[in-house]
Amino acid sequence: MKRSVPLLITAVGGFALIVAYFIPYTEALGETVAVWFDILAAIAFILGGGNLLKQHLKKISDRGPGWGYSGVVIGSFLITLFIGLSKVGVPPLAEFPDFAWSGDFIGIGTPFWFIYQYAFVPLTATMFAMLAFYIASAAFRAFRAKNLEAILLLGTAFIILLGRTFAGVALTNWIDPTGPFAGLRIENLTVYIMSVFNTVGNRAIMIGIALGIVAVSLKVLLGVDRSYLGKE
Amino acid sequence: MRRWITASACLVWTTAAAAQVPGGPTGLEAVDYPWDNGTRIQLTWSLSPDDDTLLGYAVRRRLADDPQQTLIDILPPGTSAYTVPDLDPELAYLFAVTAIAQDNTESAPASTLAPVTPSVQAFDGTRLWFMVTLVLFSGAVVVFIRMARTGRDLKVRKIAGLEAVTEAVGRATEMGRSCLYVPGIQDMNDIQTIASMNVLSHVARTAAEYDAKLEVPTSKSLVMTAARETVETAFLSAGRPDAYNPDLIYYVTDEQFGFVAYAQGMMVREKPAACFYLGSFFAESLILAEMGNSIGAIQVAGTAQPAQLPFFVAACDYTLIGEEFFAASAYLSGEPDQMGSLKGQDVGKLIVAVGILAGVGGMTLAAVTGSDLIQSMVDYFTQRMLT
Repeated sequence: MKRSVPLLITAVGGFALIVAYFIPYTEALGETVAVWFDILAAIAFILGGGNLLKQHLKKISDRGPGWGYSGVVIGSFLITLFIGLSKVGVPPLAEFPDFAWSGDFIGIGTPFWFIYQYAFVPLTATMFAMLAFYIASAAFRAFRAKNLEAILLLGTAFIILLGRTFAGVALTNWIDPTGPFAGLRIENLTVYIMSVFNTVGNRAIMIGIALGIVAVSLKVLLGVDRSYLGKE
Repeated sequence: MRRWITASACLVWTTAAAAQVPGGPTGLEAVDYPWDNGTRIQLTWSLSPDDDTLLGYAVRRRLADDPQQTLIDILPPGTSAYTVPDLDPELAYLFAVTAIAQDNTESAPASTLAPVTPSVQAFDGTRLWFMVTLVLFSGAVVVFIRMARTGRDLKVRKIAGLEAVTEAVGRATEMGRSCLYVPGIQDMNDIQTIASMNVLSHVARTAAEYDAKLEVPTSKSLVMTAARETVETAFLSAGRPDAYNPDLIYYVTDEQFGFVAYAQGMMVREKPAACFYLGSFFAESLILAEMGNSIGAIQVAGTAQPAQLPFFVAACDYTLIGEEFFAASAYLSGEPDQMGSLKGQDVGKLIVAVGILAGVGGMTLAAVTGSDLIQSMVDYFTQRMLT
């Protein structure tokens, strides 16, 4: 029973979506199934919040490694939740001046907006900015000319990088852009590599992915692969 | 004399202006597009007598009860048919087509007289070829699964990244450190997350057998619930229900960079010996993989996001590229049913390869011979079968 019901829901939901794609009259059925998922996800969000509190309170209680960060997480979570839910500092809408909670909680100038704009966005941007350094360190390792394949990779990457810079383009400015060797200009080589070699490889991977997705979907719908339910 | 010159000039100007207005198309007819989902109308008309000199034809539509016209498309000269897309099956439409001269002067419109309403059909015929392909491919998967059940030996090539799963968990056990499993940052409605849960089941079973600590931070609460269920049953089937600890599978945050900030901190503090990144990843892929590399963990990654694959290849020890990731569960389980599905995928590749060869060959033949018949076949293939 514990396995049969989830399998039945999976199969019914999955096949309903497939049928809805081909039979226009059943399109609404597919949309209904998608709404079921949204309801589930919304309820599960409460579960996630509860788990977050439990996890970090336990870490603080146990004085586990990095427990101070858990304190920051819980403090930030509760403060943001309180300000958002109780609409602290949110003026009522002009149409409903007598209803204190009628304003938009994320309206410009509200405390919730302030937290989002001046705490959340900069923190997110900081994490994203670190990517530049990681790209440099990963490229340093990937482009080591250890063997023939690595040398080819290095050469190709070098051309692409040059082609994206003004200095690189200037290097081959002396080649007549309308002459028979125009294809050897760095910017043209870059475009050629990206539109031919890169596209070919990318499409091959995409075809494999598409086939893989169909096969996995079919296995899940037919109940052949039940590993996600813990079946071995 | 001056009056005569003025009159002549007016005549010349009027004649020139009249010459710039092209002859309009005629006989515009609008009929419901057959076998569709009620969003298309098929238009046909007779070409303008000045078709050779035109810039093109403008197609407009309006609701039967609204005089406001909307320009839908401008078509090249020589076009005498057009399928109007994106219509509402519950509304009635009127259409007009005008010829446009090179100086953008428009002719008098050819208009439909009676409103036309697109109707919903029982089957969307525009997706027929997609359905045929799907049935062929799904049929091949089912046939190979049945063949595998009869005991036929199906050979599958070695996938180094999956062979390394046991090695990675074993190494973590020997070092007395944990294994980290990140199932991507998408929810359970993403097929990559489902595929990731399938692999997690095998990793969890191996961890249970080796008595290794397996930690699974998730960025979606539904994924946390599914992961707990998966790991619990895997521990149970490995005969180690006592070793299962639900607190090691937990929710962090839905926010992409908040999640990766937590994962980074956790990796620096706890230094897991084996890191698995299997699922749907975006910009955080390289941040995770580089951090794992810096702490010396053995790393296995897999995703169906082509843009993230180079990052994983550069920073991880093993990467499951695209279809290998989806094949992982079948490969690791070794069950005949699942191995059969892998062979079914090969039939899909064969269909794709035949399609590519037919398309390339057809286009080359059409260009070399100039045959209208071959060109029309290629057009049908690319515009009807592949769309």
